[in-house]
Amino acid sequence: MPKVGHDLSEYLRTSALPTVWCPGCGNGSVVQAIATALERLRLDLDQVVMVGGIGCSSRTPFYLNLNGMHTTHGRALAFATGIKMANPRLKVIVTTGDGDGLAIGGNHFLHAARRNLDLTVILFNNGTYGMTGGQQAPTTPEGFRSTTNPIGSIEHPFDLVELVLAAGATYVARTTTFDFDDMPRMIAEAIQHPGFAVVEILTQCPTYYGRLNQLGDAPAMLDYEKDHTAPIPQLSRADMLGKLPIGVFRQEVRPEFTAEYAEYTRRVGQGGGGDA
Amino acid sequence: MRLLQGNEAVALAAVKAGCTFYAGYPITPASEIMEWMARLLPKRGGVFLQMEDEIAAIAASIGAAWGGAKAMTATSGPGFSLMQENLGYAAMTETPLVVVDSQRAGPSTGLPTLPSQGDVMQAMWGSHGDQPRIVLTASGVLDAYRMTVEAFNLSERYRLPVVLLLDAVTSHMRENVELPEDLEVVPRSQPTSLEGFQPFGGPEFLPLGEGGRFVVTGLAHDETGKVRATDGAALERLLKNKLARLEQDREKITHYRARYLENARTLILAYGITARAALATVEHLRAEGYPVSFLELLTLWPFPDHLIRPLAHKVDEILVPELNLGQLAWRIRAAADATPVRSLGRADGMLFTPEEIATEFKRGEMREVGHA
Repeated sequence: MPKVGHDLSEYLRTSALPTVWCPGCGNGSVVQAIATALERLRLDLDQVVMVGGIGCSSRTPFYLNLNGMHTTHGRALAFATGIKMANPRLKVIVTTGDGDGLAIGGNHFLHAARRNLDLTVILFNNGTYGMTGGQQAPTTPEGFRSTTNPIGSIEHPFDLVELVLAAGATYVARTTTFDFDDMPRMIAEAIQHPGFAVVEILTQCPTYYGRLNQLGDAPAMLDYEKDHTAPIPQLSRADMLGKLPIGVFRQEVRPEFTAEYAEYTRRVGQGGGGDA
Repeated sequence: MRLLQGNEAVALAAVKAGCTFYAGYPITPASEIMEWMARLLPKRGGVFLQMEDEIAAIAASIGAAWGGAKAMTATSGPGFSLMQENLGYAAMTETPLVVVDSQRAGPSTGLPTLPSQGDVMQAMWGSHGDQPRIVLTASGVLDAYRMTVEAFNLSERYRLPVVLLLDAVTSHMRENVELPEDLEVVPRSQPTSLEGFQPFGGPEFLPLGEGGRFVVTGLAHDETGKVRATDGAALERLLKNKLARLEQDREKITHYRARYLENARTLILAYGITARAALATVEHLRAEGYPVSFLELLTLWPFPDHLIRPLAHKVDEILVPELNLGQLAWRIRAAADATPVRSLGRADGMLFTPEEIATEFKRGEMREVGHA
C-alpha cells in the first residue's frame, strides 16, 4: 500500500509539472502507482524508457523521471518495438489510452502481443477521447454518451483483456483507479514479467465522460468504478452481470521475442539462411 | 565485378554503411531490399523485423535509431504515403534515418510493377509542416549502392531522415558492378560528455538509455527537449538552424553528373532511370551536330538552385523528361529564371526511349525555326 504523503518526487520529472490533465482526472493516480512500482522494483532509471502515443495518458512519459519518447498517434508500440529490439537491455514501458491503443493503434497492439516481446503496456481506459473533447472511443459502452453520440453509442466496445489474451499477451491484468493497492502491484508484476505484459486501468474522466453521462464528480466516478467491477473468481456468473471482472487474467512464461531472436541469429550464424 | 540487382545493392550498401536495424513490410517493387536485409542482418548481429504495416515499419526504425542503431526501411508509393506522418516525426525529433522508396506508377495501387518518378514531390513535401529532408536518387545499380551509403552518411551528419528514390526498373535491373571499397562511412556522433549536453539542435546524438533522461517528442520543444507546445519560437529556431546548415552545405550535399556543357543551346535535365535515356539522347544529338548538354541530378532536395541557375543562363531552353507529369520541371522553372523549361512527362508506367526524347527536342527546334 502506498503510504500517504510518501515522497515519490525522485520518480517525477518535476520540471514538466503541472500536468496537462484536468482536475479530478484519474491519470495522476496511475502516475503515482507507476512511481510506487518503480520504487519497489529499484530499477536503474537510466535503463528505463517510457513510450507514449498521443492523447491524455500518452503524455505520461513527460511526468516520470525516465528516458521518454512521446510518439505519434497509435504508434507507441511500434516505436517501442524498435527501441527494445535495438537495445534489449532497456526496460520499455508503454503508456497509452483506449483511443490511442485500441482504435488508431489497434493493429500494432495485436501484433506486439503476438510476438510476446518484453514490453510493459499500461493502458489507461477512460472510455472516451479526453484530449480532443469527449468523442466516442472503441471502449465506450453501448448506450453511453459522447460528443459524437449525443443520445448514446450504438456500437459494441472492445474488451481489451479478451483481445490481448487471444492475441498472445503473457501477462494480462485489469484494475481501476479505485483499487489503489492493485495498481502498483500489477504494474510492478507487469514490468518484471519477461514477455508482453498488459495492465488495463479503468480511469475516470469527469470532464467529458463523467459529465456527458451524468456520473458525477471524480469521487462519484471512483464509486462507480467500484460498483461496476468485481474480482475475477469471487462472484457467480449471475452476480457478475453488469460488472467488469478485474484481476490478473494470465501470468505465464512463454518464449520471449528478444530471446527467440538471439537464438535465431545464432542459428543463421551457423550457416542457416543461405549465403549472404 | 559482381552481377547485382539494384535492390540487392541497396541492402549491401546499407550493411556497408553500418546499418544494424531494418524494419519493413512487403511491397512491389521494393520487397527484395527487405528479403536481402532478412538474410544479411541476423548473421551480422543486427535486427531484422517484418512489421504489420509500413507505419509500424518506419516507427520501429525510428525507435531503433533512438535505441542506438543505424536504421533503414524501404517501401514503394502506397507504403511511402503511409510513412509520411512518421517521416515528419523523424524530422521533428532530428532522428538519423534512411527511407528507400522504389517508385511505382500511382496514384493509389496504380501500376505496381511499372516504374515511375511520381513520388518526387511527396518525398520532399509529403508530410505536414515545414521540415528539413534530403532526397537522393539513382539511375543504376552502382549509383544505388553509392547513394545508399551517402544517404546514411547525410542522415548521420545532419540528424534527419534521408529519402532515396529508386524506381521499379532501377530496383529490379541487374548490372555488373565493381563495388567501391573506399567509400567514407560517417559514424554516429555521440557526445563525449553529458555536462551541459542538449539533446536537440546539435550534431551529436544521444540514444535513450545512455544518460540524460530527456523526452523525445513530436511536440514543439526546445534544445533540451522541454515541450513548448504553445510557443513556436523554439521550434522555428531549431527548424531554421537546420535549414540554414543544409543551405550552407548545399554544394557538398548536391551530387550530379554533367556532360557537354560547352556550346549548348538546350540543356536536357533528368534524374533517376530517365537520365540514362537522356544521356543517350544527348550523345546521339551531339553526333548529329545539335548543341545540347546533359545534367543528371542525384540530389533532388535540397533543390540545387546554385547548380541549375548558371547553367540555365547559358542555354535557350531546358528540356525535362521525367516519369510523372512535370513534378520536378515545376521546381526547375523556379531556378531557371527567364529560361523556358519544357516538361516532357509521362505517367503510363513506361520508360522514355532516347528516340522519344530526341523527337520531342526536334519538335521544339522546328517550332523555333518556324516549320511547325
